[in-house]
Amino acid sequence: MGEATAEPFETEPSAEVPEVELYHATSWWTKYVFSQDAKIIAIQYSVTALAAGFVALVLSWLMRLQLGFPDSLSIIDPPQYYQYITMHGMIMVVYLLTALLLGGFGNYLIPLMVGARDMVFPYLNMLSYWTYLLAVLVLLASFFVPGGPTGAGWTLYPPQAILAGTPGQEAGIILMLVSLMIFIIGFTMGGLNYVVTVLQGRARGMTMMRLPLTVWGIFTASVMALLAFPALFVGAVMLLLDRLLGTSFFMPAIVVMGQHQNYSGGSPILFQHMFWFFGHPEVYIVALPAFGIVSDLISTHARRNIFGYRMMVWAIVIIGFLSFVVWAHHMYVSGMHPYFGFFFATTTLIIAVPTALKVYNWVLTLWRGDIHLTVPMLFALGFIVTFVNGGLTGLFLGNAVVDVPLSDTMFVVAHFHMVMGVAPVLVIYGAIYHWYPKVTGRMPNEMLGKFHFWVTFIGSYLVFFPLHYLGLMGVPRRYYTIGDMDAIPLSTGMLNELVSIAAFVVGFAQLVFVFNMIWSMRNGTPAGGNPWRATTLEWQTPETPPGHGNWGKDLPVVYRWAYDYSVPGAEQDFLPQNQPPVRQGTRSTEP
Amino acid sequence: MALFGLAGLFIASRAADATFIWTGLAFTLISVFWIYNLIRISFDEAEGKRVRAREQVVPYTLLAIAFCSVLFHVLSPWWWAPIASNWHYIDNTINLTFWLTGIVFAAVLAFMAYCVFRFRHREGNRAEYEPESTRLEAILAIGTSFGIAAMLAPGLVVWNQYITVPDNTVEVEAVGQQWSWNFRLAGQDGRLGTSDVRNVRPNGNPLGLNPDDSHGQDDIVVEAEDLHLPVGKPVRLLLRSIDVLHSFYVPEFRVKMDMIPGMVTQLWFTPTRTGRFQILCAELCGVGHSIMRGWVVIDDEQAYQAWLGAQQTFASRASPALASSEGDSAGRPGRQDGGRAHAPH
Repeated sequence: MGEATAEPFETEPSAEVPEVELYHATSWWTKYVFSQDAKIIAIQYSVTALAAGFVALVLSWLMRLQLGFPDSLSIIDPPQYYQYITMHGMIMVVYLLTALLLGGFGNYLIPLMVGARDMVFPYLNMLSYWTYLLAVLVLLASFFVPGGPTGAGWTLYPPQAILAGTPGQEAGIILMLVSLMIFIIGFTMGGLNYVVTVLQGRARGMTMMRLPLTVWGIFTASVMALLAFPALFVGAVMLLLDRLLGTSFFMPAIVVMGQHQNYSGGSPILFQHMFWFFGHPEVYIVALPAFGIVSDLISTHARRNIFGYRMMVWAIVIIGFLSFVVWAHHMYVSGMHPYFGFFFATTTLIIAVPTALKVYNWVLTLWRGDIHLTVPMLFALGFIVTFVNGGLTGLFLGNAVVDVPLSDTMFVVAHFHMVMGVAPVLVIYGAIYHWYPKVTGRMPNEMLGKFHFWVTFIGSYLVFFPLHYLGLMGVPRRYYTIGDMDAIPLSTGMLNELVSIAAFVVGFAQLVFVFNMIWSMRNGTPAGGNPWRATTLEWQTPETPPGHGNWGKDLPVVYRWAYDYSVPGAEQDFLPQNQPPVRQGTRSTEP
Repeated sequence: MALFGLAGLFIASRAADATFIWTGLAFTLISVFWIYNLIRISFDEAEGKRVRAREQVVPYTLLAIAFCSVLFHVLSPWWWAPIASNWHYIDNTINLTFWLTGIVFAAVLAFMAYCVFRFRHREGNRAEYEPESTRLEAILAIGTSFGIAAMLAPGLVVWNQYITVPDNTVEVEAVGQQWSWNFRLAGQDGRLGTSDVRNVRPNGNPLGLNPDDSHGQDDIVVEAEDLHLPVGKPVRLLLRSIDVLHSFYVPEFRVKMDMIPGMVTQLWFTPTRTGRFQILCAELCGVGHSIMRGWVVIDDEQAYQAWLGAQQTFASRASPALASSEGDSAGRPGRQDGGRAHAPH
């Protein structure tokens, strides 16, 4: 673009909202519990999501115990296995990843990064968190109802989800559907808030093309979630009606265990379309914030501008758009019309192009950088490895005919854990280590952080890489036990044992993380306002942790893009976004 | 790394054949060298020598991941079972995809390793300032598009073959129910009779055949037993379910298709070698999902005809006396009690 740095803040009438009076908390309760401050809400979201995630982690141990040692350490029975697999999946995808990346990071970073005092609808924001908490509690309550939680698999496919052969058919499935509906209501409040804040709450001079990629990622993901979640909501309502009122939206005539059921005429595939119309964008709802955050981590810690910022923004937007026209690649062998395969295989492989470009730009940002191997940087590098691995196996599954033997096998499990389990979680950890000093004012312990990284990264690679080969041999997913399967050698049990051992080690390493977070809150070295010497606005707040209203008396004014690292001629190797240009006629610092 | 080494030892100790032992030992050796190196570095550090290798742990790890992943792929004994159908095209497409993606994976990791090694922070370093390069980005976009097209094009061609059923197929029906497999072959008239779930009776009519349809009377019904098919003849499998979703999957045939209550799905293949192959259910269908097994036996023509002659028709099954006497004589290893397939426990 090549505009001179002196111009932008004069020519750009900013989208800034007029200064409005913030809600000021008057008591401890309204300040820390029923808080309307996005920063507190962010912490509430994050802690709740991580707590739910730990429940799901423990469930995964129990499953790995069964899969790794089916003869000696089989402590769960098949109904429990299917219940745990369902709860693990649903908690991790929706209640941990979506809530943490959007509700947690979105709330903390959007107002600070765009230079706003708070979200534009603080009360709604508070309501969003409490609705989310209710959804989590309803979900977890299903562990304590007769019959236990549902064992329908996280995809909740009818007819099986609401029939007697599936555990949790009594109350578990109802609580699951209700909890999802509550979650979606809560998310809609939060999501609208994030979108409107990014569009309307930006500080003077903060154009859309100066936004940090973190904000772009969260913004696009929020728009997508607002469009995708309604499909799940409607599907959940219809399934609930089928279960409670005996309607037949998804239920054809069926005979279960010799008993004719009172259903007829419904279509099970309809639910699959509705689920995946939500489910595929959901993958990118999780991935795009991670893409954005990791771009900022790499840029900051490599002391180099993100390579190809405009391409990165467009890639995020294009991926967001394309992700709505690829959903049926989950359904190549579902019995839908086979001609759909041509369309969805093509769109799916097209989406690989912008995704690959993002990977290139991340690694090209490292090129001729000044790479500091800090803990956040290590996690970012770990993300690239696991994401590239998982993304490439996506090319197998997206290609209709290759998907035929691999669909519904452990290959799929390995693929999505690598690409939307391990990869985003590594980003989340990197982001927590990165912004922890801003949130608490103290640095997390580096040695513990590095230990946590190496065990988590290598360990989870050892967990999920071998699983691909189980799937290649034909082991279907969601098998309580492999039993005597003709197509696989006996030694496969060993592979499963290895995976289970690695899973336990990785799981325990997360305790180191929890300890580090708690311990460093009091004992970490004081961080100062900008320990990573970063350019974005959240590091330029007058106080650390930022106070109520974020910016003191005056809102910041933005003069440059978010990636002015190592600008030639500048004294320091970073120029904060709110640092005015020194003199007229300096060379452009914006692409 | 220690974990890696232990895992290697573990594999070697439990090994059943030579490939295993060597894979396991290779893992262990790598990790031993690694740990040795880490110790050496820490000694160097303690003696105040210039630490060189410490910063290079990251690039070495990246290279090791790429190297070990490829090594595992090539050396490990865990690979698909030999194919038994005409779908070797699918295998070829998978192998092509493995090669292309493997090269990309190794290249990205190697590039990262080089960057981390070469451009790590040292005193006085400063990164280069280069916001974007349209030319480089265009080259990469075009190159990637070609790579993607190289995988997609053969994929779509084979997909077209996979969904285009040839004219000369034999129609066979497979019906899933919780948690067993039933089959139906056309009788003398060469046609399958109509069916409806509403006609299902657990005793006498498990598949829900229409009792009034004359085409169905001579259909051969195989309940919870092995399905036999002749080798070398293309088969079109019509798939139904009477309760929940199931999925017909035989790893050796490389085919899979969901079975959906309320509709008929299909797949086709040509068995290319004789043998007994396991049918797995590949779509979660309740607590018995993992023990829902069945078998397809691929016979030569003679054995197939012999098997076919011993089967009951729908009409003969409807007559209880006849059914019970023939049912006993038809007892074979694959037969299950209570409709459950080979429970492993």
